[in-house]
Amino acid sequence: MSELRRPIESGVPDPFPFMHPMLKKNYGAWAWHDRPRVGVLRHVAKSGDAVWTVKAGTQRQMDVFTIRTLCDIADHYADGHVRFTTRSNIEFIVADEAKVTPLVEKLEAEGFPVGGTGNSVSMISHTQGWLHCDIPGTDASGVVKALMDELYHEFKHEEMPNRVKITTSCCQINCGGQGDIAINVQHTKPPRINHDLVANVCERPAVVARCPVAAIRPALVNGKPSLEVDEKKCVCCGACYPPCPPMQINDPEHSKLAIWVGGKHSSTRSKPTFHKLVAAGLPNNAPRWPEVSEVVLKILRAYKADGRPWERVGEWIDRIGWPRFFEVTELPFTKYHVDNYRGARASLNASAQLRF
Amino acid sequence: MARPMPSTPLLDQLESGPWPSFVTGLKRLAQVKDKPYADMMKDLLGQLELSYETRKGYWKGGVASVFGYGGGVIPRFSEVAEQFPASKEFHTLRVMPPAGMHYSTDLLRQMCDIWEKHGSGLIAFHGQSGDIMFQGTSTSNLQGAFDALNEIGFDLGGAGPAVRTSMACVGSARCEQSCFDEQRAMRGLVNAVLDDMHRPSLPYKFKFKVSGCANDCVNATHRSDFAVIGTWRDDMQVNQAEIKNYLAKNGRKWMIDQVITMCPTNALSLNDDDTLGVDNKSCVRCMHCLNVMTKALKPGKDRGVSVLVGGKRTLKIGDLMGTVVVPFMKLETDEDFDQLIELGQKVIEFFAENALEHERTGEMIERIGLVSFLDGLGLEIDPNMISHPRTNSYVRMDDWDDQVAMWNARKQAPRAAAE
Repeated sequence: MSELRRPIESGVPDPFPFMHPMLKKNYGAWAWHDRPRVGVLRHVAKSGDAVWTVKAGTQRQMDVFTIRTLCDIADHYADGHVRFTTRSNIEFIVADEAKVTPLVEKLEAEGFPVGGTGNSVSMISHTQGWLHCDIPGTDASGVVKALMDELYHEFKHEEMPNRVKITTSCCQINCGGQGDIAINVQHTKPPRINHDLVANVCERPAVVARCPVAAIRPALVNGKPSLEVDEKKCVCCGACYPPCPPMQINDPEHSKLAIWVGGKHSSTRSKPTFHKLVAAGLPNNAPRWPEVSEVVLKILRAYKADGRPWERVGEWIDRIGWPRFFEVTELPFTKYHVDNYRGARASLNASAQLRF
Repeated sequence: MARPMPSTPLLDQLESGPWPSFVTGLKRLAQVKDKPYADMMKDLLGQLELSYETRKGYWKGGVASVFGYGGGVIPRFSEVAEQFPASKEFHTLRVMPPAGMHYSTDLLRQMCDIWEKHGSGLIAFHGQSGDIMFQGTSTSNLQGAFDALNEIGFDLGGAGPAVRTSMACVGSARCEQSCFDEQRAMRGLVNAVLDDMHRPSLPYKFKFKVSGCANDCVNATHRSDFAVIGTWRDDMQVNQAEIKNYLAKNGRKWMIDQVITMCPTNALSLNDDDTLGVDNKSCVRCMHCLNVMTKALKPGKDRGVSVLVGGKRTLKIGDLMGTVVVPFMKLETDEDFDQLIELGQKVIEFFAENALEHERTGEMIERIGLVSFLDGLGLEIDPNMISHPRTNSYVRMDDWDDQVAMWNARKQAPRAAAE
């Protein structure tokens, strides 16, 4: 057997060899930017140099043929360089304004929508789902594809009060993160335990420690060491499932989807906020999840009609209040919207400020 | 014997509609002639269709790695391998992209060629932590895939209880709002702790993220244990002539409604002579007015970073935002960068020694208190670290006078000490 190759522990690569020459030349010396049209940014450097960035949507999970098509476009129209955004959009940078329109037309002709800038709905940031995850309650790429088909117009137009960032997550760990609108799996039944496997597969003390509400305890079941769940305490979060796969949390019928709104990462105007529950109990209805799309579109329509310029979804709701939010979106308000987890009191209205 | 193309009536429904379809891409890979991965992708499609039918996932974890590393590979073994044998192993390599996610087409083509030879031909740009995800290879092809990528200068990212792949915004490369060299800071922080990335032995994951300003385009505040965010200490730069241009173009109502009254701390006013008044002592560097009037307003000249620690998602105690542990540090000289990198290493060391198993940095701080954390790192308290002082009197304050003396001594030390 030949000797094994030792890794070169090179870490994060230097971006400069791959960076567009104009970005390299004006690194740290930009003056201002604007958006000449949807999907196009113009950045002007202190030197007077200008670059145009054309942003297009991708499917994130790409086959090599799609990637090579994008490379061909970049070679022909954009000096052979691209970059990707945190939301899996691709950006082509050109130093010649005359190349912008042909590039936009070529991208559209090849099926890559140009947009995602300014007050649009950008690409949904998402996770792996059934394609590759070991614990998913639903798919990710499929939910996103179905929803982006519905939001195609909003990606290609800047018609929202401010930018809208949507996320999806296939379990309650929520790898998708905070979003103006977040679509996340919500389990509604405790795990089903295969007691024959627990002792061999799971490190039981670690599983007990993982539970956020101390609902899991060691037990002997049919003479075998296993774990049991106090189903009255269980919040069905699924935290025990990754360290102990015999505690199956996913269920074709009882793993539902919930919708949360008002998450915000930036410190711009308001401080960063977590998203809040507004709808739940939606069926995991592959392959196109129409019930989810319906609620998301309802929320977006209300925000688009009523939000003021620069208000993010959460800021809009801060102004109009939750009673009005549930009124304009026609979503039901239930006892499950009232938090009862730790720190819940901070979410109650401790004032005489009321809205009618 | 080539595998048959599976029937996929459910997935087929994801080929309609205007958005680019990943299903079409998967099928393209499955139907390609003369490539070893075509069969694997046929069975992958078959398994995914089964998931759509039954609404269940069929991947389980396991052990697969490359020589010399303990992490960076996400092993996947199929639970329905009898039905779909060609995709019974479908591991992912997490690979760190160039900081800022810049690519030449030459590089992308090299990556495609490597992944056609050693993997499935399916690549995701990028995963939620910022990895290039080379999705789908067998245990036996893993080492060859890694070796080829490693030879062209690419290294595995993190997985498991380890330092994870990081992200930096586009920053200095193409943004006038950038307050420091984001890509240098990110590479410095991560490349100093590669051992903790490649050989997972921390209590749980640890993420760095780097944003050039408070717009926080890589979501560092919430999505990282150690967030570096650009800011400035002096007055923002105002070009009053450009303010007048914005006013002439958009009108007073626009200026008042979309700029002046949207300032979260009422630090702006529109003067009678149509200049912009800025109360810089009240400004919180939130970026709103700079975003609206990119030609007229810029960050100040005395720029640097703030460091927020402890952001994370739900597991286990609930969501946490990162909170301020360093309100400001300069990041210009080599020494400044060394100091930031050293802070990153010290936070990881403290985390490794003090966190419980599967506890994130923010949860550890929640358990031990911010002051204990700051003490452990030798960081000084600052009113910028709180929203407001405590509201509950149930606390012992035996050495109040000593603490007052410490604060007074610090206040008398010249400001230069912090520079």
